[in-house]
Amino acid sequence: MGELLVKDKEVVVPGEILSVGMDYLPATGTFREGENIIASMLGLASIDGRLIRLIPLSGKYLPKPRDIIIGKVTDVTFTGWRIDLNSAYTALLSVKDATSDFVNRGADLTVYYNFGDYITAKIINVTSQNLVDLTLKGPGLRKLGEGRIIHVAPNKVPRIIGKQGSMVMMIKDYTKCQIIVGQNGVVWISGQPSGEVVAVNAIRKIEAESHMSGLTERIKAFLESQKIG
Amino acid sequence: MNQELKHHILKALDAEMRFDGRKLTEFRNIEIETGISKNAEGSARVKIGETEVMTGIKLGIEKPFPDTPGDAILMVGTELVPMASPEFEAGPPDDQSIELSRVVDRGIRESKAIDLKKYCIKKGEKVWSISVDTVAINDAGNLLDAAALAAIVALKNTRFPKYENDAINYKELTNEALSIKKIPIAVTVVKIGDKFLIDPSLEEEQVMDAKLTVTSTADGIICALQKSGFVGLSTQDIDFMLSLGMEKAKELAKLIG
Amino acid sequence: MAFTKRADGRKFDETRPIEAKAGIIKRADGSAYFKIGNTIAYAAVYGPRELYPRFLQDPSKGVLRCKYNMMPFSGAGERVRPGTSRRSREISLVTERALLPALNLEDFPNAVVDVFIELPQTDAGTRCAGICAASIALADAGIAMKEMVAAVSCGKVDDKILIDLDYSEESYEDGPVADIPVAMMPRTEKITLLQMDGEISKDEIMKALEMTKKVCKDIYEIQKAALKKKFGVGETNESGA
Repeated sequence: MGELLVKDKEVVVPGEILSVGMDYLPATGTFREGENIIASMLGLASIDGRLIRLIPLSGKYLPKPRDIIIGKVTDVTFTGWRIDLNSAYTALLSVKDATSDFVNRGADLTVYYNFGDYITAKIINVTSQNLVDLTLKGPGLRKLGEGRIIHVAPNKVPRIIGKQGSMVMMIKDYTKCQIIVGQNGVVWISGQPSGEVVAVNAIRKIEAESHMSGLTERIKAFLESQKIG
Repeated sequence: MNQELKHHILKALDAEMRFDGRKLTEFRNIEIETGISKNAEGSARVKIGETEVMTGIKLGIEKPFPDTPGDAILMVGTELVPMASPEFEAGPPDDQSIELSRVVDRGIRESKAIDLKKYCIKKGEKVWSISVDTVAINDAGNLLDAAALAAIVALKNTRFPKYENDAINYKELTNEALSIKKIPIAVTVVKIGDKFLIDPSLEEEQVMDAKLTVTSTADGIICALQKSGFVGLSTQDIDFMLSLGMEKAKELAKLIG
Repeated sequence: MAFTKRADGRKFDETRPIEAKAGIIKRADGSAYFKIGNTIAYAAVYGPRELYPRFLQDPSKGVLRCKYNMMPFSGAGERVRPGTSRRSREISLVTERALLPALNLEDFPNAVVDVFIELPQTDAGTRCAGICAASIALADAGIAMKEMVAAVSCGKVDDKILIDLDYSEESYEDGPVADIPVAMMPRTEKITLLQMDGEISKDEIMKALEMTKKVCKDIYEIQKAALKKKFGVGETNESGA
């Protein structure tokens, strides 16, 4: 016996009672209190059979192993670099994970990556204290060249990338820009100035409307309406 | 690092475009609202793009400064509160907030927007004090122009509280407005590479070579200047920036009415 | 003169009109605006983010840090000098205590969630308005919360138990007055802020708290609506195309 008090894709806030009765099971973003399942964050209710979970609508990025992120070099040490991931924790990129070159002890590491450089890297490890280790060894991982960086809400990243990259691919095609979307909500865009402006506006539109259905069509219509170049 | 960002911004500027699609001499959308704090004797909220500030005017009675016994006291302060940006820290005013206060102060004071002698009650003993306090709500670049605009709008909007028997009754506002004779308008002009632009965004402020804040009044008088940035300006640069600053000030003045 | 009715015509258990908005400060991770009568509070949340100085870090969970500030022009009388005062520091502290029980910061060891509350206009009930705004801002920032926190003052003027005392009621001089700011988590009805100054009996306090429970639940509905409105969910119920 049980009663669902919210619809699928409904916006819910912390403390809201999502269901009554033992029929339903709490998953991410929800918890059980007696007979009720309660929302523990601002999110979209996602009902999957008997499971109720929440898709977060906001929140800082939580580093996860194997995520591809874009980070900024904030410090250069003797053994590597400190990278800002736009999350609560900084990450470390050690020399051995950055290059196959033989690097002398005490060498100047800024020749590889300098303060303020943006890199796209993969998270190899996250400790229990949320310290993050990165590697640049992998396809496509590198220092990012000239372009612009914008920050988006990390929970919107899946919508910006789209199913198998379809959304970001559509934006790239229309705007003729290179675009890399980090799982941590940092996006790098590089192309002609007018194309970049449209790409940014399209991404902001996705952010604003991601919880509404029919998104792909609306973004397509938006891109088609823009004059580029 | 910032060199790459700067280079990329310059590439867009060469195409007469900025990251947000604006032209080089275009302001972001500007919103002005008055009377936003009922307890202030005058107040305003200004939004330039997403940059937002609130200014409140408080009037009081003080002993005048010894070197200006016949002048009302004008005090201009700015709080860059941590609410408005992850870069702002709690605590006493830092250099940025002090500079902001002083530039806004100079604009009001040097333009003679307020006749300070008029608001002297008893020379050497009692004068009105006019406190202009600006609080940042959201920093998306160009706080200075927003603060200066909010300050003058709030001042224009200021009414005196009832003053009888040597005491101020803040609960009752009279119809007597603070007399504002001039409207000083600050416009910050930024130089990046060899391009000049107004109303800088955060990124543009980050990569700028130099910036010149020009405060002027409608009669074409410049009443305050402030250069910042670590690159020198040629006299031609300055000539151009002064003209641009004054021309754009006219646009802002129209919004005040 | 005995106190028989309220200057603005409100019922004894009625709050002043309330207006709430979420997400109004773009640089913050979460933000809110909360207006009750003539008291206006802005709240901005930054975090979780790295906490400095290091010695304040807690390796078992994140830390909450609140700062309450009244703008210099916000008060009914003279200008308020910028900077902290003993009062603002105490309010910052009780605000932290009011919000922390609702938060779940275990996923963020060594980090901090900073809450900044600024008031441009005040007419009593400021710490409660600040807590209401802060609660919306925390949810807006995606912080995990068991519930939200609603707050309102209750109390007594003369012999009448009231909700949401305004400045004129707090300063009533012809009889006893008690001002009781209360914050409550609405679903579990757990009270996280309770202060009192004035003169009041135990029975009267309990009566006031009972009245406050219902009001806090009503405030929660307003906080909820502000958050949902940010995502286009309103009377038109626009949650899909």
